[in-house]
Amino acid sequence: MNELAPPRQILDQDWRRILQFGSLCALTLVFIALIGMPVQLDTRILIRRHLSLGYLSLIWIPMIMGYLVSKELVLEGIISAKKGPRDLLAGALTGMIGGAGLSLLAVLINNFDLRDPLLNWSPQTLEQLNFGNGIGFGIGIWLLIGGALGIFGSALHVLPALTAKAVGVALMTVALVSILETAITDLLEGFRLTFITDSLYAKRGGLSVVSTIVLVVFVALVTVLAAGQGDALRVKYDALDAPRRKSANLTMSFAGVIALLLLPLFLGKIMNELLANVGLFVLLALGLNIVVGLAGILDLGYVAFFAVGGYTTAVLTSPNSPWISPELHFGIVILIVIVIAAMIGLAVGAPVIRMRGDYLAIVTLGFGEIIRLLFLSDWLSPYFGGAQGITNIPPVDLGFAEVKGSDPRSVFYLVLFFCAIAIYISWRLQGSRLGRAWMAIREDEKVAEAMGINTVNAKLMAFVVGAILASFSGAVFAAKVGSIFPSSFLILVSIIILVVVIVGGMGNITGVIVGAVVLIGVLGGPKQPGLLQELGTFKLLIYGALLVFMMLKRPEGLVPNARRSHELHQEEFLQDAWLKGIVDDDDEEVTA
Amino acid sequence: MTDSTTPTPEADQTPDKGTALLEFRKVNTHYGAVHILKDVDLAIYPGELVCLLGGNASGKSTTLKTLLGMVTPTSGDVVLDGEIVNDKPISYRVERGITMVPENRRLFKRLSVLENLQLGAYLRSDKDGIAADMQHIFELFPRVEERLGQKAGTLSGGEQQMVAIGRALMSRPRVLLMDEPSMGLAPALVQVNFELIEQIHEDGMAIFMVEQNANMALSIADRGWVIQTGRVVLDDTADVLLVHPELRASYLGGRDER
Repeated sequence: MNELAPPRQILDQDWRRILQFGSLCALTLVFIALIGMPVQLDTRILIRRHLSLGYLSLIWIPMIMGYLVSKELVLEGIISAKKGPRDLLAGALTGMIGGAGLSLLAVLINNFDLRDPLLNWSPQTLEQLNFGNGIGFGIGIWLLIGGALGIFGSALHVLPALTAKAVGVALMTVALVSILETAITDLLEGFRLTFITDSLYAKRGGLSVVSTIVLVVFVALVTVLAAGQGDALRVKYDALDAPRRKSANLTMSFAGVIALLLLPLFLGKIMNELLANVGLFVLLALGLNIVVGLAGILDLGYVAFFAVGGYTTAVLTSPNSPWISPELHFGIVILIVIVIAAMIGLAVGAPVIRMRGDYLAIVTLGFGEIIRLLFLSDWLSPYFGGAQGITNIPPVDLGFAEVKGSDPRSVFYLVLFFCAIAIYISWRLQGSRLGRAWMAIREDEKVAEAMGINTVNAKLMAFVVGAILASFSGAVFAAKVGSIFPSSFLILVSIIILVVVIVGGMGNITGVIVGAVVLIGVLGGPKQPGLLQELGTFKLLIYGALLVFMMLKRPEGLVPNARRSHELHQEEFLQDAWLKGIVDDDDEEVTA
Repeated sequence: MTDSTTPTPEADQTPDKGTALLEFRKVNTHYGAVHILKDVDLAIYPGELVCLLGGNASGKSTTLKTLLGMVTPTSGDVVLDGEIVNDKPISYRVERGITMVPENRRLFKRLSVLENLQLGAYLRSDKDGIAADMQHIFELFPRVEERLGQKAGTLSGGEQQMVAIGRALMSRPRVLLMDEPSMGLAPALVQVNFELIEQIHEDGMAIFMVEQNANMALSIADRGWVIQTGRVVLDDTADVLLVHPELRASYLGGRDER
């Protein structure tokens, strides 16, 4: 830890900063209140009698803003000022400005009626803001709450590092444990540990006050006691020599695979269903990652190939298929699906692949919709059933087991199998000559051409590989749901997969998988619920907000490449070396 | 004046003229309806360093693009090793020894230096040969080896130039086409850069260079052409061009009263 200068005076720029963050806080709070989040999420209790998800959607903001307002960049070579009462004051003021925003909203709702354009300008919102105690109480309480939360946020800077960490981790744990109640209950039931959930959660859902306190104390203690253990472990790992490290890696990934294979056995139906959905999206995201992440082709109509896979499977397996119904076995169908997806990929790709950037994105967007509308059309309804779709798709008969939608566990294993194939293909391609050609095209298409790369063929290959992976997902989806309709293939699916790829990290296999697990698992897919089912209609808003945030603050995605972070360190090192040796460095170049 | 196959009397340092490595025979090109190159004749012989000079929009870049195959001539022939390659794709020409170092280097910025070099050898499959050539590049530019794992976009201008030349050399070319090699480089680096080019040339590489910095280019070149609105207007040895009065006036900034 560097030495710190004594707390400095409050400057004009601090006041500006407080005002800035305070207004941001107030605006966000009012926005959230007006989109109706507090009211709609109020039924979901997190801590019995004290906190609902609705209130949580408001109170995290002053806390974060309080934290951010006194966060300062530690400047190299300048001794930072010690954090002190000044920062607490800043936090308090920021929070209070935010609270004032909500109070103002309450007053306005009380006196004016704007329900016509603003649906949530309602007595319920006012009631929620007042805690049911009248307008005066509401105004006062939000100023107090905002200030308190702001102080709390900024206090994280003032407290000793370890204490702050313990508090932060404890809070996060309480939030996660209460929000993920269904998942945790389901998991612990599988492990026959229901006594934990019984003592943790109140009868009608939500943590009880006692268990919250116990949880906070317990987690904080563990954090303090375990401090430094993680770092020690990492140091130990870094100290291993190459073969040892390799075997350690192997052991860890082996354990991971075993855990993944065993996990579904302990999960209930809902959680397995969730896992199966996540798997389908992992498969889609891996495919789109090849197209967008590696080859740099912005394909906004990716759902088309998902639909092709689904419809091919439906036509070839369902006895109800209106056109031909050979009722083939899924194993044979998959082979045909590969061929058809590749053909459609070529047919769609060939005309659009010569276009660049924005134009290509727009055209693929159109193609995605065209394919859906074709399946929906009267013209093709004798073949694909139009809006009625194709029903009665049989389960997949594996000989020793049946994969059917009513048994999501089996679906998950089937998806896992295809994901493994997709991961292997992606991984092999990434290091291959073709993979390098794709990355070259993504970076600079003209120069790639000058290197002798046939850019049109390489891009078509990316399109086709992506199409095949998406069609796998479609095939499994058809077998899982048992019926298929054009409405399953909305443009929203394309968009969500793209968000998953961007948020996870473009061109990064691990990142894309993590992105799919986190986003689809927690928020849910376009029609599939995630762990936070309550979010419902707010899901898309969160997707959008997340996308904007990631593009601005972390364009490399959730999981930055190991290689990339390695490079960043190397850059720092080289910059240091350069700064030290700038003079002889130049001499060397001139005399070279 | 446009007939480059006639040996000039001053051609003392020009290599012996056997068959040209790369040749333009009365090449015309059009962009849409616009006539760009007009009856251009050029010839590059093995081991030669030649430069093409000219102002903006004179057809310099089009000449390079036509040589590499990005532009197809509307009439006339591009001849590689005695074979007419007018309608052959870029890959065909790269395989047979033409490589371009693009303007402003244009490395694959988010790829590592190693990947950039590997992409230079994209059309080759002889693993041993590739490894040997990479080793050769490391000997030529030790700095490139130090930066191997780094992203190309993070290198300094001089290092990027080394990687760009290295990338081009990885295809084991017989003639290197260089588009404005000194563009965007710090003045101190321009000198270094030309020394690098000279060094590669001394190893026996034929180099065809398009360059704005006429003085510099002619000082290391064997021969030069001057192109104006799509026509070759001057074609002589570098020594002659360096003191050519018209050229001095228009390109060499040469109203010096020496």
